[in-house]
Amino acid sequence: MLDTLKNLEAMQSDMFIVRHSDSGAAHFIAEHCTPNVAIINAGDGRHAHPTQAMLDMLTIRRHKGRFDGLKIAIVGDILHSRVARSQLQALTTLGVSDVRLVGPKTLVPSFFAEMGATICHDLEAGLKDVDVVVMLRLQKERMKGALLPSESEFYRLYGLTEESLSWAKPDAIVMHPGPINRGVEISSDVADGKHSVILDQVTNGIAVRMAVLSMAMSGQLQSDESPATKDEE
Amino acid sequence: MKLRIQNGRLIDPSQDIDAITDLFIDNQKVVAIGEAPEGFENADVVDATGQWILPGLVDLAVALREPGQTQKGSIATEGRAAVSGGVTTLVCPPDTRPIVDTPAVAALIQDKADDAGMANVFPLGALTQGLEGAQLSNMVALTEAGCIALSNHRHPMASTKVLSRALEYAATHDLLVVFHPDESSLSEGGCAHEGLMSTMHGLAGIPEEAETIALMRDLLLVEKTGVRAHFARLSCAKSVEMIADAKASGLDVTADVAVHNLLLNDQVLSGFDGHYHVLPPLRSDEDRLTLIEGIKAGVISAICSDHQPHEKMAKTAPFAATEPGMANVEILLPLAMQLMDEGDLDFSTVLTCLTSGPAACFGLEAGSLSVGSFADFMLFDSTVRWTWSYEGRRTKGHNSPYFGEEFVGRVMSTYISGQRVYQVA
Repeated sequence: MLDTLKNLEAMQSDMFIVRHSDSGAAHFIAEHCTPNVAIINAGDGRHAHPTQAMLDMLTIRRHKGRFDGLKIAIVGDILHSRVARSQLQALTTLGVSDVRLVGPKTLVPSFFAEMGATICHDLEAGLKDVDVVVMLRLQKERMKGALLPSESEFYRLYGLTEESLSWAKPDAIVMHPGPINRGVEISSDVADGKHSVILDQVTNGIAVRMAVLSMAMSGQLQSDESPATKDEE
Repeated sequence: MKLRIQNGRLIDPSQDIDAITDLFIDNQKVVAIGEAPEGFENADVVDATGQWILPGLVDLAVALREPGQTQKGSIATEGRAAVSGGVTTLVCPPDTRPIVDTPAVAALIQDKADDAGMANVFPLGALTQGLEGAQLSNMVALTEAGCIALSNHRHPMASTKVLSRALEYAATHDLLVVFHPDESSLSEGGCAHEGLMSTMHGLAGIPEEAETIALMRDLLLVEKTGVRAHFARLSCAKSVEMIADAKASGLDVTADVAVHNLLLNDQVLSGFDGHYHVLPPLRSDEDRLTLIEGIKAGVISAICSDHQPHEKMAKTAPFAATEPGMANVEILLPLAMQLMDEGDLDFSTVLTCLTSGPAACFGLEAGSLSVGSFADFMLFDSTVRWTWSYEGRRTKGHNSPYFGEEFVGRVMSTYISGQRVYQVA
């Protein structure tokens, strides 16, 4: 990786937007590249996906107008999700005290309780009266790793349908970082329904990512300070 | 050649000695402590005033990387590093390339160590051919070629049946087997202690059950087969309890721990620094404190450096992609002495776990300065402050989180069989 990094540096890049399968990859690059290059973490392993969480926060604020008092459920494969980790960090930072992580024990490790979340293994309890439902993408590899028996059983227990959505508040919004698996974690009715703000998320991503790029680059242009990094902290 | 080490503070827990006295050496061995025997009138004298005379350390885990991985280290470089840390006897693991599964490789390592003239080197032989866990190695031939014990290192066995048979065979010939308890199906792919820190940072976890399930299986098989057993690099609180219970029930087993598992916990993961990537992983603070309690209670009788030198690139990657291990043999003693403040251990206990304790685990004639022993010792200045630097290191390894750290107490010179092999420049 270091050789790749040196090559990209030699191309006089001003910024690296990094997506990598290893947790901590953006952090590693930020430590090893020259100080005049900005690093944006676009997703590292299971660790963090900061701009996704930021665009999700923008989406929530545009629809709900506030964060305090909100009840939010994140449903599915929390264990492998960098999106869930960044969302949890963003939500707790913004003062949301009721964040529920919903899924079977194989996909929701108990340690998340120490990070400010409530863990639910039952979808009805998890969705009860929530303002926001975040569904996560379920990868097919999870069946091979003995984390789940089948897609159909997962859908039966944790899939978001018109029925399970009725347990949430009547004005609840449904979010998903995409791409969605119709019939695996979310039904088509819900994904395309009136509660869904999935495409708003995509649109808000443009503004958030423009802002991130602009702030990182203006930092570059105005001063010789250390690199502007967008990492987990 | 006669040698008098004069007026130093001799501390040797194996003899319960802590006194300012003289050490007399003749023909490689200690011949007297205190009063000069006859014939020492014209002996060479080393003035040790203000310094401690300590038995040379016995380190049960120093990877020399030779043959096969000399980009990481060699018998000469790591031997030099060891003696600069006061380590005069070391045990090296069988995971060289080729693996120590033939007498020729075992002999090669010892010959090269003799040529280097550094620490006394005892290789571990592979328990199975190629460490593949399937077919037994020629255990007796390996032992005759100088292997002090047999181990499958951290490599998994093909089945519990093969393990059971390997232990029965070793027991037949009264051979010592070294276990690294690890259930590979649980540890596979993991790089950090399974807990809050690994979860938060998205690092794949290694649960404590990876160690404890293997340890329980191993203990049951040790009990059944009667094989002599040593358990290496414990990392979990529960493992300490299990070894304590096994000892209480009459099982004659011993155990060691790596010094970094006594000093560090998984909080260090926050910086994604690959220098903290070790196996077994740095676990919770409760685990760490229980390991220290295990030392106090005598359940764990040896502290080792678990020295694993690497070339720079092996650690220049995101955390999970780095190779595990630290290269700390040359600071083993000052690191272990941090446990006196950190873990409320007395110096005698620390020194025992670095000398006679590990020697007893493996039946080595080392770690003591009793009359008749080989004169393997160091002179140690307990007050000097010094900084261990990357540039000043002696190991070929580039990997330690302790470069740049200031220590109190330094090995000033090291002697093996009465010959000085190291002195601070």
